[in-house]
Amino acid sequence: MTWQEMVPLLGQATWETVLMVVWSTLFTVLFGLPLGVALVGTSRDGLFPSRAANQLLSLIVNIGRSLPFIILMIAVIPFTRLLVGTTIGLYAAIVPLTIGAVPFFARLVEIALRGVSPDVVQAAHAMGVSRLSIVTKVLLPEARAALVAGVTVTVITLVSYSAMAGVIGAGGLGDLAIRYGYQRFETPLMIATCVVIIILVQLAQTLGDAFADRLAKR
Amino acid sequence: MIQASGLRKSYGSTVALDGVDLDVRQGEIFGVLGQSGAGKSTLLRCVNLLERPDQGTVTVAGQEMTALGERELRAARQRIGMIHQHFALLSSRTVAGNVAFPLEVMGVARSERAARVAELLDLVGIADKADAHPGQLSGGQKQRVGIARALAGNPSVLLADEATSALDPGTTASILALLKRLNTELGLTILLITHEMNVVKSVCDSVAIMTGGRIEESGPIRQLLTTPGSRLAAELFPLPAPARGDVTITFTGAAEEPVISQLVRKFDVDVNILGGALEEVAGGSVGRLRVSLDGAESATALTYLRERGLIVEVAA
Repeated sequence: MTWQEMVPLLGQATWETVLMVVWSTLFTVLFGLPLGVALVGTSRDGLFPSRAANQLLSLIVNIGRSLPFIILMIAVIPFTRLLVGTTIGLYAAIVPLTIGAVPFFARLVEIALRGVSPDVVQAAHAMGVSRLSIVTKVLLPEARAALVAGVTVTVITLVSYSAMAGVIGAGGLGDLAIRYGYQRFETPLMIATCVVIIILVQLAQTLGDAFADRLAKR
Repeated sequence: MIQASGLRKSYGSTVALDGVDLDVRQGEIFGVLGQSGAGKSTLLRCVNLLERPDQGTVTVAGQEMTALGERELRAARQRIGMIHQHFALLSSRTVAGNVAFPLEVMGVARSERAARVAELLDLVGIADKADAHPGQLSGGQKQRVGIARALAGNPSVLLADEATSALDPGTTASILALLKRLNTELGLTILLITHEMNVVKSVCDSVAIMTGGRIEESGPIRQLLTTPGSRLAAELFPLPAPARGDVTITFTGAAEEPVISQLVRKFDVDVNILGGALEEVAGGSVGRLRVSLDGAESATALTYLRERGLIVEVAA
């Protein structure tokens, strides 16, 4: 395969991967952030303690975390069909990617929120701040640097997941690597794909770190 | 201003408060002195119900805190300021943002907030740090922000939880001076807990000494110091343990009369001075002298001292 043949293929696949990762990150934060807040909130020393709710949420998250992504991805195919109408392509892949990343991100949110000093939460109680306002005005803003770091780690995990999703016809760089690199022995394309993935991950980490640093410094 | 009666609180088998009564009068600075684990922190947190006592009632400014529901309790807490040992500032906000926080929660309009924040920062002497972040401030400056934040809702009561324990001696003195000034200028009633005698000595009008979840003695400082057998006096003036027959003389106000030399001249006694100290406490000076008396007229001499208005204790 010539360089001229590879470039458009790589360009198209990179764009698909970026789209998959961006969309699934958005949905992951949308569902994972409240889930993480609920994990911390329902814990014994949380704002809304409930043993039953905490154990249930924790169980759900642990189930999601224990299945290897490649198996989870196939297991949720019926659900994906129900939701998107198809199981092939970029948008269909967003469903398993989100389901795979939400429990992971929720745990990172939990860690970030637990890092907020209990002193500050107690001070807010002493000021007569409502429990809901403590979440939105104290916990989340105080944890924002750690939350951004959590999003960065999640984006990188999603880049890797999205490559695996190539196996079930999701498109993107993983799909390219499997069809050309693995099935047609196009080693140069395989290497090029790897290089692009590495660049994507580097880019995500650098941007995420810079943003988290700016928040932490203030 | 703050009344607590019959407070009990335990955590599992650990008893933190074992029947505590407290009466803090309006406009005074009341110190609760005790070692860590004595229960003083729990006591303070029971005042604004950060901890709910197992038994007993707490009344602040005529409102029974222990009888309030969650919503009313939040409103009541907005009228009670609190400052903390480790300042508890929001690191994600500027100094001005931290002071504005309670005002936001109370629903004060944005335009009014800015003016009130400026006024409060000016009051505590850090108007120039409004746009700084807490991470850029020294400990003393952080506590000033904490005090400004605590005063945002115009509270009549300020609770201070070891507010100077994380500060160096010089900064401690400046924060205590600020608290004293707020007490005088705003008529703010302050309940503070501390393990430092120095804090009690320099700003408190009244004190309660706490050990093992109980209050051992409590009352206006000048009164306690002139009470025979006072724990406060013993801790404030660490004289060696008296031998049998040793006499401890406590006097308040200036030592204008040369009582000891009069004593020797008037009576047939020898006076041996074993130890003594003079301390500035609660806006006046208090002294303690440990002596041993020898001679035929010892008993008469002691009566003479008592007649001069001195507190005389003889070790049994």
